[in-house]
Amino acid sequence: MTIMQAEPMVKIRSLRKRFGSVEVLKGIDLDVPHGQVVCVVGPSGSGKSTLLRCVNRMETIDSGRVWVDGELMGYAERGDRLHLLPPAELCRQRRPIGMVFQRFHLFPHRTAIENVMEGPVTVLGASRAEARRQATELLERVGLADRADHYPSQLSGGQQQRVAIARSLAMRPKLMLFDEPTSALDPELVQEVLAVMRDLAASGMTMMVVTHEMGFAREVGDQLVFVDGGVIVERGDPREVLAAPKNDRFRTFLGQVL
Amino acid sequence: MEVTPTGQMPTGGSPVELPINAVRPPRPGRLIGAAVALFFMVWLAYTVIVNENLHWDVIVSFLMDGRILGGLWVTIQLTVFSMAIGLVLGVLAAVMQLSDNPVLRGTSGLYTWFFRGTPLLVQLIFWFNIGLVFPNFGIGVPFDGPKLIEWQANELITPFTAALLGLAINEGAYMAEIVRAGIRSVDPGQREAAEALGMSHRQVLIRVVLPQAMRVIIPPTGNQFISMLKTTSMVSVIAGAELLTVAQRIYLGNFEVIAMLIVASIWYVVLTTIASIGQHFIEKRFERGHAALGARVRRNLRPFAKEPA
Ligand SMILES: Nc1ncnc2c1ncn2[C@@H]1O[C@H](COP(=O)(O)OP(=O)(O)OP(=O)(O)O)[C@@H](O)[C@H]1O
Ligand SMILES: [Mg+2]
Repeated sequence: MTIMQAEPMVKIRSLRKRFGSVEVLKGIDLDVPHGQVVCVVGPSGSGKSTLLRCVNRMETIDSGRVWVDGELMGYAERGDRLHLLPPAELCRQRRPIGMVFQRFHLFPHRTAIENVMEGPVTVLGASRAEARRQATELLERVGLADRADHYPSQLSGGQQQRVAIARSLAMRPKLMLFDEPTSALDPELVQEVLAVMRDLAASGMTMMVVTHEMGFAREVGDQLVFVDGGVIVERGDPREVLAAPKNDRFRTFLGQVL
Repeated sequence: MEVTPTGQMPTGGSPVELPINAVRPPRPGRLIGAAVALFFMVWLAYTVIVNENLHWDVIVSFLMDGRILGGLWVTIQLTVFSMAIGLVLGVLAAVMQLSDNPVLRGTSGLYTWFFRGTPLLVQLIFWFNIGLVFPNFGIGVPFDGPKLIEWQANELITPFTAALLGLAINEGAYMAEIVRAGIRSVDPGQREAAEALGMSHRQVLIRVVLPQAMRVIIPPTGNQFISMLKTTSMVSVIAGAELLTVAQRIYLGNFEVIAMLIVASIWYVVLTTIASIGQHFIEKRFERGHAALGARVRRNLRPFAKEPA
C-alpha cells in the first residue's frame, strides 16, 4: 500500500554537522519516499547515528535543511530568515518520528506495558485505559503479550528491543528511525527483531535503518546508502549495489561485514 | 562430567564430585577477641545499671513526661518539615545547576556555596535575629516600592519558624548535591529515549530521570533524615522548644542533668531506629525493576543449588 507522493517523507539537502572542530557530516543529500525503507551502512564513526539524530532534531545542524513530511525540522522560515523553533514546537515535530536505539533504552522502572503506554499517556494525553488497550495490541503485534508485566531487566535483549519498537509505535509514527537495532543482540536473537521490522516495512511504514545486516537490507530495503567520512559514497537499489559495488571503500567495507 | 536435565549431579560418582565438607583451621585470635569484647560489654552494662548517680527512677519517671513528649513532637515536626522543604529546595537547586542557563547555574552555585560554607549554628542565630536586619517584611513592588501587605519580623519569626528556616535552607544546600549526583547517575540514553517520544524537558525530568535518580538519592537522604533528627537539637540555642531544649529546661529546675540528657537520648535513639527501619523499606520500594535481575538469577540457579538426591 505504498502511496507515491511528489514530496518525500524525508528530504535532506546539503546537511552539514560538526562537533567542535570535527565535521562529522559533510553535505548529505537524501530522499526517503513515503513507505520506503532506506538502509544506511558505513564504518564506525562515519556519522550514521548523527545523520539519524539530525532527522528527528536530537542534534542541531550547522548548515543545510531537513524536511520531514514537508515540514522543515527545527526552524520556521519567515521571509528569508530562519527562526529557531521553541522547545514545545520541537517536541511536537519529534512526536510522529519513532526512534529505536542500539541499546534499547527502555525505562527500567516501568514494566513492558508501562513502557509502551508512557508516550501516549504523557505526551498525547491519552487515558490510561485507552493507552493500555493500545499497548496490549502492540505487544501482541511484536509477540510479547505474555511479557506485559515484566520489567526490562527480566527480558532478553531481543524482547527488550521488540518492546522498544512497540513503545515507538504507540506514538503512531509516520516515520521510524532505527540505529543499529540488532547490534547489541546475541546472534540467535537478531532474527526475532528483524522479523518485527520486516512486518513493519510490509505494513507500509517509512523507515531509515542503520544496520550491518546486509541480508535484511537486500530483502527489505528499497534503497541502500553507504556513508563514509561524512558523505554518501554510494547509493542505489540494495540488490544491485550489494551485487556489484562500484566504490573501492564500499567493496572493502563489504568484505569486512559479510 | 554429565548433568541430568534437572541440573542434579549424578549420585555415586567419584569422591571428587561429592560436596565439600572440610574442617576449618583453628582461629584462636577470633575467639579471644570475641571473649574480650563480650567481657567489656557486660562490665560496661553492669557499671551503668548499678551506678546510683544515674538515677534510673528519675529517668523512668520523666520518659513519658508531658513536657518531654511535647518536645519530642516538636523535634519530629522540625525534622519532617525541614527535610521536606530541604528536598524541594535541593531538587530545584540541582535542576538549576544542571541547566544550560548560566544565570540559573550561578544562582544555585552561590546558594550551595554560601549555606554549606557557614556553620548551621550561625545560620540559626541569624534567622532568629533577622528582625535586626529586616524589621519589616512585605509583599508588593520590589526595590522599596509600595507594599500590599506588611508584617513585623518580630511577629513572624518565632523560634519555630526561625528553626525551620535555618534547618530547611541549610539542608537544601546539602540535598542539592545529593540530587545532582542522582540525576547524573541516570544513563543519558534514558533522556534521549524520552525526548525521542516527544516529551518536554519537564516531562523527561519528572517521568523518567527523577524516578531513576531516586535509587541513588534515597540512601543518602535517609542518612540526612536520621542526622536531621539529631541536628534539630542545635535549635536549643534559640530556645526552639524541641526535645533537647525541653530536657534542658527541666534540668535547670531539678538539677537532674545526666538523667534528663539520658531521657532525651533514649528518645533520639528510638526515633533514629524507627527512621532506619523506614529507610530500609523505602529503599526496597525504589529498587523496583532493578532487584528483578537478582531475583531472576536466583530463580534460575535454584535447580543447581539443590542437594544431590
Ligand atoms: N555528542 C558528540 N560530541 C562530540 N563528538 C561526537 C558526538 N557524537 C558523535 N561524535 C563523533 O562524531 C563521529 C560520528 O559519530 P556517529 O555516532 O554518528 O558515528 P556512527 O557512524 O554512528 O558510528 P558507529 O557505527 O560506531 O555507531 C564520531 O567520530 C564521534 O566520535
Ligand atoms: Mg552509531
